[in-house]
Amino acid sequence: MPTTGTPTSLSQGSRTRGGIGESTLRPDGTLKVTGEFAYSSDMWHEDMLWGHTLRSTVAHAEIRSIDIAEALATPGVHAVLTYDDLPAPVKNYGLEIQDTPVLAHGKVRHHGEPVALVAADHPETARRAAAKIRVDYAELPVVTDEASATAPGAPLVHEGRGDHHSGHVPHPNIVHRQPIVRGDAGEAAARADVIVSGDYVFGMQDQAFLGPESGLAVPAEDGGVDLYVATQWLHSDLRQIAPVLGLPEEKIRMTLSGVGGAFGGREDLSMQIHGCLLALRTGKPVKMVYNRFESFFGHVHRHPAKLWYEHGATRDGRITHMRCRIVLDGGAYASSSPAVVGNAASLSAGPYAIDHVDIEALALYTNNPPCGAMRGFGAVQACFAYEAQMDRLAAALDMDPVEFRQLNAMEQGTLMPTGQPVDSPAPVAELLRRVKARPLPPEQQWLVAGEEADVRALPGGLSNTTHGEGVVRGVGYAVGIKNVGFSEGFDDYSTARVRLEVIAGEPVAVVHTAMAEVGQGGVTVHAQIARTELGVAQVTIQPADTRVGSAGSTSASRQTYVTGGAVKHACEAVREKVLERGRRLFGTYHPAWATAELLLEGGKVVTDAGEVLADLADVLGDEAVELELEWRHRPTEAFDLRTGQGHGHVQYSFAAHRAVVEVDTELGLVKVIELAVAQDVGKALNPLSVEGQIQGGTTQGLGIAVMEEILIDPVTAKVRNPSFTDYLIPTILDTPTIPIDVLELADDHAPYGLRGIGEAPTLSSTPAVLAAIRNATGLELNRTPVRPEHLTGT
Amino acid sequence: MDFLRPATWEEALAAKAEHPTAVPIAGGTDVMVEINFDHRRPEYLLDLNRIGELSAWTVGEETVELGASVPYTRIMEHLRAELPGLAIASHTVASPQIRNRGGVGGNLGTASPAGDAHPALLAAGAEVEAESVRGSRRIPIDAFYTGVKRNALAADELIRSVHIKKADGPQQFSKVGTRNAMVIAVCAFGLALHPATRTVRTGIGSAAPTPVRARVAEEFLNAALEEGGFWESGRIITPSIAREFATLAAGACNPIDDVRGTARYRRHAVAVMARRQLGWTWEQYRGTGRAMEGAA
Repeated sequence: MPTTGTPTSLSQGSRTRGGIGESTLRPDGTLKVTGEFAYSSDMWHEDMLWGHTLRSTVAHAEIRSIDIAEALATPGVHAVLTYDDLPAPVKNYGLEIQDTPVLAHGKVRHHGEPVALVAADHPETARRAAAKIRVDYAELPVVTDEASATAPGAPLVHEGRGDHHSGHVPHPNIVHRQPIVRGDAGEAAARADVIVSGDYVFGMQDQAFLGPESGLAVPAEDGGVDLYVATQWLHSDLRQIAPVLGLPEEKIRMTLSGVGGAFGGREDLSMQIHGCLLALRTGKPVKMVYNRFESFFGHVHRHPAKLWYEHGATRDGRITHMRCRIVLDGGAYASSSPAVVGNAASLSAGPYAIDHVDIEALALYTNNPPCGAMRGFGAVQACFAYEAQMDRLAAALDMDPVEFRQLNAMEQGTLMPTGQPVDSPAPVAELLRRVKARPLPPEQQWLVAGEEADVRALPGGLSNTTHGEGVVRGVGYAVGIKNVGFSEGFDDYSTARVRLEVIAGEPVAVVHTAMAEVGQGGVTVHAQIARTELGVAQVTIQPADTRVGSAGSTSASRQTYVTGGAVKHACEAVREKVLERGRRLFGTYHPAWATAELLLEGGKVVTDAGEVLADLADVLGDEAVELELEWRHRPTEAFDLRTGQGHGHVQYSFAAHRAVVEVDTELGLVKVIELAVAQDVGKALNPLSVEGQIQGGTTQGLGIAVMEEILIDPVTAKVRNPSFTDYLIPTILDTPTIPIDVLELADDHAPYGLRGIGEAPTLSSTPAVLAAIRNATGLELNRTPVRPEHLTGT
Repeated sequence: MDFLRPATWEEALAAKAEHPTAVPIAGGTDVMVEINFDHRRPEYLLDLNRIGELSAWTVGEETVELGASVPYTRIMEHLRAELPGLAIASHTVASPQIRNRGGVGGNLGTASPAGDAHPALLAAGAEVEAESVRGSRRIPIDAFYTGVKRNALAADELIRSVHIKKADGPQQFSKVGTRNAMVIAVCAFGLALHPATRTVRTGIGSAAPTPVRARVAEEFLNAALEEGGFWESGRIITPSIAREFATLAAGACNPIDDVRGTARYRRHAVAVMARRQLGWTWEQYRGTGRAMEGAA
């Protein structure tokens, strides 16, 4: 097979436009901005019913009885389902541990747990009928944190666990625990000139995607069901749906519908099984759409965390050791908690070379809302804490915080705490250098000559709380490390089907994958890859569905790497078949067919020297070349359960931020003025999309720094702010300018040398903002988000 | 749920008399949220959007008569000189889309302590014109708020307009929220200087069960300004007076701890806003000539 890359010059023929490296525009962009994009919540089917979920009003209770009679008798209601109506022996589902009941069975374990389902001919009818279902709850004591969950006699969230983690955890209310020990932290601590330790608290963040959970289930004549849904991973859904419906997977045909954001929150199932159950029971199509309130209960959140860290350093600024303990609250069901624990533990040292570590990370079962995947996945919480530690260490040594980080920065070849060497570029010190070298934004930008202060540039913004009084500027830095792809031995593969054929005289490539386009721009990139590899202008991307093999999840910054890799791999194989065909048909006309490396460019077969040998249309004729192939990245291995040693990760992604903030120190309000980023992306397949990812990740990190938090009542374990009125996400007035510096240092193990990019900017944004606020106020601020009370001591 | 769509004000009053439980809706800022969240399921919705006069205003000698449905956007654009405090407050309401629909009538009808218009109305001085088939009456703004989300309207009354005193001096409004736009008030404060009567008025939002005036603070400041001859001299207000005014303003609060903030923070923030606004308004009073016709 010829080892072709992107040709840099062509003396003949024409270079194919819209290939990798170009900022081609996304096909969904204009539709989304103009409001014409069809989201999953926009679907409609003749004769469809509307499904509604009745959810628990209490966090932990025995269900004594459920009376559905009145609801069922409501005119317009077609079905009311409870646990007793589940059709198959399998009643639970889950990403890693099947601990989540499809509908509550005798017990609810968190506020908002699904208890019953209603299908009716109108959404209001369904909602009002659900309100008539009488559930008799006998409340049970709740466990809400490590102390209450592991206290003697603590109620067990899950009795009689038999999952693959239950054998090694110290308490049944601990989902998974991962220690990592390398070197001798105790001995190294004795050599330290300064030791800094601290307790840190990370609040519960919500993905807050704008398109709520929704889908349409259509019963089929073969007894199966067609499910149209907004999700992150069709095949993972399918694997969980089929057993509880009691159907073989081939009878459940899934198609991705318009996804309005995901950020990890669609990795777990929401309405998928419920919609199918109602459709199969009623024999009618059933649509389910959560409203914003329900959405806060309809998906997992980012794990809140309590972290303890200790670092030591010698007088010359070298880190001697690190000890930490990270306690993540997994809530009532496991979701992806075990993998989040693995990430938190293995990335807890940050992008630093530290030889002596003693690490423990664990996730709890509690009666709080379930937590699972969200952008950054365990690395975010750790980064917040270790970056605070870096600033405190630098201060203790009277060193510049950036220089201190650079002195200890990891580089290619550094060993991770897991003993795994970092075997591709790790330009941590360089990223820090770049953000620091930028000129600072001008001071006092709210001053307008001859006019009143422009409040939009001040903390409080349009709320007009200051005209400059009490406002102090602060600057802070942070850098982070995120793994790319699924780790710890997971078979992380993707599948692509690529077809090349001539339509109306033009060669056209058709790319079919099950990749969930959740807004990340994968569809755009797949077309670019096909253009580059197959040299055709026209590429059709088929809708993502389960008629093609799994693409894996749109998460872990992995899709461009893995499904992009699969598309590239399938294109290369198709190209090889095309060239074989060309050699067979035209090989005798030109010696280069046999001797030169051949490429497909501009709809032609060309030599690597640029000489045109044939038109692709002539080579293909009436025949299509089609292949469906799987592709996997390098295998990884599990972490040792005792020592945490193991080559668990595929690739790392690095970003650094400098935050500049203005703080109204009297009112405790914050305006982030600028968040400068430097990130190594390996290779920018679509530079515009790269910028979008970096801007978005940065802003999501800002959100958890200064405003976003799901508040749980510590006594009742109920969610206190399930609405966008009280769960605040940044508006454009809260979003600073985000100057971006992109490095492209190739990772030779990855397709095109690319690096997964979506998550890294979410990591360092938060601690950079916190560092800047600390710089402005002099306060310790060991929790995020920072609220005005924390800044004013009220 | 029945949807009543009167074409005229008289029809609206008749409908409200016939269905006293009917919930009036204009911009829907509050009503639609409550319906969407299923917090409220009114038997009747009384749509006031066909009644054009509710979206009109008249600038008189002493007051502005502001129709209940005049959108906040119009107030910002057209009444900044006459109603500077309310204009600033209007700009803090929600998002541009909602400011294009919502009006002061909705804030008054809901009577939430977090309504952005209340502190500005209290500080400026206003009367709510309520009407029913029985007739019309004017309710002083100070007597309008009767409890948490309760007002002085009778079951058959609708808000027709608000008569707001035209500014005769500088006015200010601030609100604290944990986001720099589109945020519900953690607490809010409004201040109006009334040089014509040599008095000041205040309004506090989201820091007591109802919107309230900081009367003790006002009385203290009125006396201090009078005694010190500040109105005549226009000299800078002594920091100790400003501090005491701020402390007394905080003392007028009766806040709670909730998801948006702590009671302690609310008292603290009201004090800071009171002190700053006194500085801003007084500076403007000194700077633009003491005979100014209020402008912000």
